[in-house]
Amino acid sequence: MSVTNTPVAKKATREGFGDEIVKLGKENKNIYVVDIDIGKSCKTTAFMNAFPNQHVNVGIAEQNGAGLAAGLATTGKIPFISTYAVFGSLRMAEQIRQEACYPNLNVKIACSHGGLTPGNDGGSHQAIEDMGVYRTMPNMTVIMGADYHSTRKLVEKAANTYGPMYLRFTRDAVPMIYDENEEFEIGKAKQLKDGKDVAIIANGDTVYLALQAAEQLEQEGISVKLLDMHTIKPLDREAVVECLEIGKIVTVEDHNILNGLGSAVSEVVAEEGKGKVRRIGVQDRFGESAPYEKLMELNGITIENIVATAKELLN
Amino acid sequence: MIELKETTIEELKEKAIELRKAAVTMVYKAQSGHPGGSLSAADIISALYFKEMNVDPANPKWEDRDRFVLSKGHVAPIQYAALALRGFVPYETINTLRQYGSPFQGHPDMKKCPGIDISTGSLGQGLSCAVGMALAAKRDEKEYRVFAMVGDGECQEGQIWEAAQTAVKYELDNLIVFVDYNRLQIDGTTDEIMPLQDIEKKFEAFGFETKNIDGHSMEEIVAVLDEVRGSTNGKPKCIVANTIKGKGVSYMENVVNWHGVAPNDKEYAQAMEELAGGLK
Ligand SMILES: Cc1ncc(C[n+]2csc(CCOP(=O)(O)OP(=O)(O)O)c2C)c(N)n1
Ligand SMILES: [Mg+2]
Repeated sequence: MSVTNTPVAKKATREGFGDEIVKLGKENKNIYVVDIDIGKSCKTTAFMNAFPNQHVNVGIAEQNGAGLAAGLATTGKIPFISTYAVFGSLRMAEQIRQEACYPNLNVKIACSHGGLTPGNDGGSHQAIEDMGVYRTMPNMTVIMGADYHSTRKLVEKAANTYGPMYLRFTRDAVPMIYDENEEFEIGKAKQLKDGKDVAIIANGDTVYLALQAAEQLEQEGISVKLLDMHTIKPLDREAVVECLEIGKIVTVEDHNILNGLGSAVSEVVAEEGKGKVRRIGVQDRFGESAPYEKLMELNGITIENIVATAKELLN
Repeated sequence: MIELKETTIEELKEKAIELRKAAVTMVYKAQSGHPGGSLSAADIISALYFKEMNVDPANPKWEDRDRFVLSKGHVAPIQYAALALRGFVPYETINTLRQYGSPFQGHPDMKKCPGIDISTGSLGQGLSCAVGMALAAKRDEKEYRVFAMVGDGECQEGQIWEAAQTAVKYELDNLIVFVDYNRLQIDGTTDEIMPLQDIEKKFEAFGFETKNIDGHSMEEIVAVLDEVRGSTNGKPKCIVANTIKGKGVSYMENVVNWHGVAPNDKEYAQAMEELAGGLK
């Protein structure tokens, strides 16, 4: 794989969705966007303008939007419901369970404002449970890309793979890690570094932090294996099992440490009966108004804490 | 007995200007927040906090107080402005909107800010909470009233109507709901995004006693509050307030984009200058 060396450019991954969905909508007239009065913020305006016949705005009515999308899916359309992560997961959770997951319909939920990225909006708008909620629903796939390009690729794969899926994006700009030719497969971890002392498994906006931490550890002579686990369900079990050759794993996520990436990895580790895991993520507490970086710091989702946690595991 | 503050209409108008200034200042300092819907709500908030509602800044959790539920929680700045001007928090708190550690969270947070009766921010949910509060007043034979404000766009949420039917079933004549009918939401006008049809008739059909006013006429706001005060007819009240999103700041008025953006230095200066001249 190719990682661009000095990632300075930043872009919000919601932009990746907004750009890719236009490309997809042009190629495939069955691609629909179901907006819920936050199209501007979720970057679907270009799609709406280009393909008005493939676009619906249901107003501020998430549950209705979810059901409508399921109805569209029964006719062969591929609806992408677009809203903020907190509403796209929790507000419509049961509609998605009953009408998309249970009948296994091809409904995609594509949400901006994942994790702590809506910093100053406060705790009401920070989605820390969303991936966990959807991870527990049978048939559902749960994805968060690490940067703009990987998000585009994953959105494309999602459109071309049958089944209910939850895709989560950042509100804030995050560093670009991959170049545009990098390929991604749903359910297959992307190895960013191979190493032998400690494994770090991250996803979404924390992959860049993990990459920085890994480089710091390497400078100190510690060899790191680093995985971008963009799909937490289905989890790339094989990739986790491979990490067990090292036996020491740090997981990093912008999500509650309960029932997200860290939990998914821990389940595999426990079942295999060997290895140790340390979970870095939101410490099972609600957020509050603050800059995104401050909120990450309050929860220990930082380069320094990843480095310290890896070292602690080595001792 | 319902106790009222003796505030004249002129004074309420002045307070509404002070509220607007404080709300715009908050959003400007935070460089984030929702000015449009704060300004459309300002006159109603003024009448409630400076005349109608029986609340005690020194004892914000006083159990007999009137309640206020800002169901359209994104316009927290206008409620915070009232709380700051009434002394629930020090006035300087207006400089801390959306900052780490501030009682003025991005959306109202009852655990962090005195005077907030319920945390809101996810649209469509607050009215149900208001119904719960009003129901408790009936069961406990208390005289307090519950005032709620919902957005017009917010009325697209089904839960609003679930709350409405419950308010009617339990004959909550102590519940007064304002619809801030500014005809705009985020992606466009309510007519473009999801037409509300006749919002007043809808509430009426549910069994509410309804009123229709100019939400920027302090005379009409005060008059309608006079009318519904002390009602024992068993009907919850819905006051459809025709408003202008951004009211009081010319370049924000009726401009959909001012829903959730902050003014820059120049725009802020102009807003303060215009507001100093009162409402047009
Ligand atoms: C459940 C939910 N969905 C979406 C949002 C995002 N959102 C915030 S404000 C808003 C528009 C509100 O419009 P309206 O109720 O008319 O309020 P106003 O015009 O008074 O600002 C939306 C969609 C939200 N806060 N909650
Ligand atoms: Mg409105």
